[in-house]
Amino acid sequence: MSERILMQGNDAIARGLVAAGCAVAASYPGTPASEILSAIDRWRKTSGATMHVEWAVNEKVALEIAYTAAIAGLRAAVSMKQVGLNVASDPLLSAAYLGVTAGFLVVSADDPGPHSSQTEQDSRLLAMMSKVPVLDPASPAQAMALAGTGFDLSEAFGVPVMLRPTTRVCHANQDVDAPPFRPQGREARFVKDPSRWAATPVFRRVLHDRLAEKIAAIAAWPATAPIRVNPGVSREKAVVASGVVFAHARELFGELGISDRIALYQVIQPYPLHAAFIDHLLESYAEILVLEESAPVIEMQIADRHRVGGRMTGAVPVTGELLPEIVERLLSRFAGLPLPGRAASAQGGGRRPTLCPGCAHRSSFYGIRKAAPEGIYPSDIGCYTLGINLGAVDTVLCMGAAVSQAAGFDYAHRLSGKQVDIVATIGDSTFYHAGIPPLIDAVVQGARFVLVILDNGSTAMTGNQPTPGTGIGAGGQTTAAVDMEGLVRACGVRFCRTANPDLLPEYIALLKEALVHAREQGVAVVIARQPCAMVARIAGGKEAAAIVITAECTGCRHCVDRFECPSLVFDEAANRVRIDEMTCTGCGVCVHVCPVGAIRRSEGEDR
Amino acid sequence: MSLEQQIVLSGLGGQGILFLSRLLAEAAIAGGFPVLASETHGMAQRGGVVVSHLKVGGFDSPLVRTGRADLLLVLKEENVPLHREFLTDGGVLIVNAAAPADAGPRVRVHAVDADALALSAGTPHAVNLVLLGFALARIGGGAAGGFFCTAGEVREALSRRQGAGGSRLSASLSALDLGIAHGT
Repeated sequence: MSERILMQGNDAIARGLVAAGCAVAASYPGTPASEILSAIDRWRKTSGATMHVEWAVNEKVALEIAYTAAIAGLRAAVSMKQVGLNVASDPLLSAAYLGVTAGFLVVSADDPGPHSSQTEQDSRLLAMMSKVPVLDPASPAQAMALAGTGFDLSEAFGVPVMLRPTTRVCHANQDVDAPPFRPQGREARFVKDPSRWAATPVFRRVLHDRLAEKIAAIAAWPATAPIRVNPGVSREKAVVASGVVFAHARELFGELGISDRIALYQVIQPYPLHAAFIDHLLESYAEILVLEESAPVIEMQIADRHRVGGRMTGAVPVTGELLPEIVERLLSRFAGLPLPGRAASAQGGGRRPTLCPGCAHRSSFYGIRKAAPEGIYPSDIGCYTLGINLGAVDTVLCMGAAVSQAAGFDYAHRLSGKQVDIVATIGDSTFYHAGIPPLIDAVVQGARFVLVILDNGSTAMTGNQPTPGTGIGAGGQTTAAVDMEGLVRACGVRFCRTANPDLLPEYIALLKEALVHAREQGVAVVIARQPCAMVARIAGGKEAAAIVITAECTGCRHCVDRFECPSLVFDEAANRVRIDEMTCTGCGVCVHVCPVGAIRRSEGEDR
Repeated sequence: MSLEQQIVLSGLGGQGILFLSRLLAEAAIAGGFPVLASETHGMAQRGGVVVSHLKVGGFDSPLVRTGRADLLLVLKEENVPLHREFLTDGGVLIVNAAAPADAGPRVRVHAVDADALALSAGTPHAVNLVLLGFALARIGGGAAGGFFCTAGEVREALSRRQGAGGSRLSASLSALDLGIAHGT
């Protein structure tokens, strides 16, 4: 008992991977998967293992690096959030055909809800499309165990294996028994076989046949077979659940007192669903309720529409997270019990997220609206999506789309004979991830817009991971760094200038210059460079000046509505603004924002 | 021990809700209890509503259902209407507020102006520990009807987290003690 330690789900996954001898790990950060890679590096240090651990430039690159290690004979893993798997789907589908020689785990974290994602897509569907087996843990402890099981499965059949946790597993904390480290003692050794590793379409057909045979065999693999929780005589009804929904259901079975009446099964491997289990279910039960997130992956494999209820039949809500309150209602109805009286908790609402006090993105957006008040503002994925609060974010599609959407808006309006100012924003990490190809495209096509790269030297939203521009690796070690200005110029951009957005007057003047260039000559890039305020706060920066509001404040609300700093609080009773000393960083940018000059530095100095 | 306790912690991003829930989870493990907790990450952490669930005892699900929390700790008063539904009948609300919040009938409310206390002590970022100290002192720890752990066990968990003897730890312990003094 004394060995039990508290671990976050992502930490537990990392421990499971390193304990099982993972030698190469790569990732691109994204909630809820972000903590996995940094935890892998911590366990690397703890175990003393020799590993390559990296924050890759994007998920596709991360998957390709880890996959290649696994065809060179070393256990490897890649981790990402579910929309990152979209980016990495190209190599994944091909890798399934080619297979691996050492264990290869794709950890793709889903976000039913969604809490922090563009979609609630189910990675298990992509596993099914790719024909790779997928494991669905219900808790941090199980996720840790399945990391090892996944490597074993991968090596038993020579296929990539997906581990699919959800937010409630990744960001749960649990007391766990950490497994000992089991070094594999392997050496990289790539055995050339061009008919396999560089297969042409003729061989691909053969590989596809082999993959289908593997999947059929995996559907009978004992180690990942479904588990009956409450063994006993077969009854009329069964509940089949996976992931954290199984955890909710198991707890509720006890509370509702239905364990002796209804069978409960946990599916660990939703795809391929074990063939004997499907037969057993259909032979044993008149009614089956399937509880899973977020797509009907298990349900669609149990081919009996009359006896099986789930998301496909409408017995379970088609979208959304299956919170325990919802599972309680579903189980009560299925068991013929009275429905619980209380409505679901009012979990929505409340204060909306906002950029941090002292965040330079706020200055960047404020300046954009000043320089191009009638503009169209495509934006991207990151903290700066919160620029929507400042009226400076009009579109968010997916990683890198700010650049292509800026171009798309220009072409569409030009066709209609219209000239509009387009100012796109993209973070530094997102620019490296997916912003470079569309920038090249825009230059070549002669698009006319301003791209503001919000360079805070950090992948901030997901926990301040380093970017390729910082020269810092996943373990804090020094790496080579990319020169952003040089990269932008190499894409063919002729206007590329850098500014500190917190120096508002100069920054706004530069934006206006860039707009003129864009209207007349094509793409202009402004690099708005200022370190992330959160990094500065953790590092304990210089002593900040206190900001005061003078009696001249007219209560016009310009600063609270247009600058939206959480440290500027509107006092309704006094009809004026006051400073929240609990949060103010003293950055002093708001001094330039007040139309009547009522915001000052306390020592009376202005920069 | 067969103790089971469900706690919900509510606040805004940056107030230290995650720290508080991990600290309590570690105190639970030290006390020999199984523990499950659930955190909020990502965009909400940027000043938005953050809620953590903590379940001490033999649970499977990491989430507290509506009407099941024994204790609700609220670091920002404006969250009370959002999260009071988590409390069971007779549950306890501990809120960072100048005056007791209205949480409806059948809820016991204890309020303390933890912001003012933390500011006056020169540690505005330790408001979370001020509120926890207040809660531990006000409803008692380790006994029936009180917290699953004592203030002493929280002090030990803090020391393990922040390393004995450091300035960070002494600031944290002062904040905890400040809360305890106002809850006693």
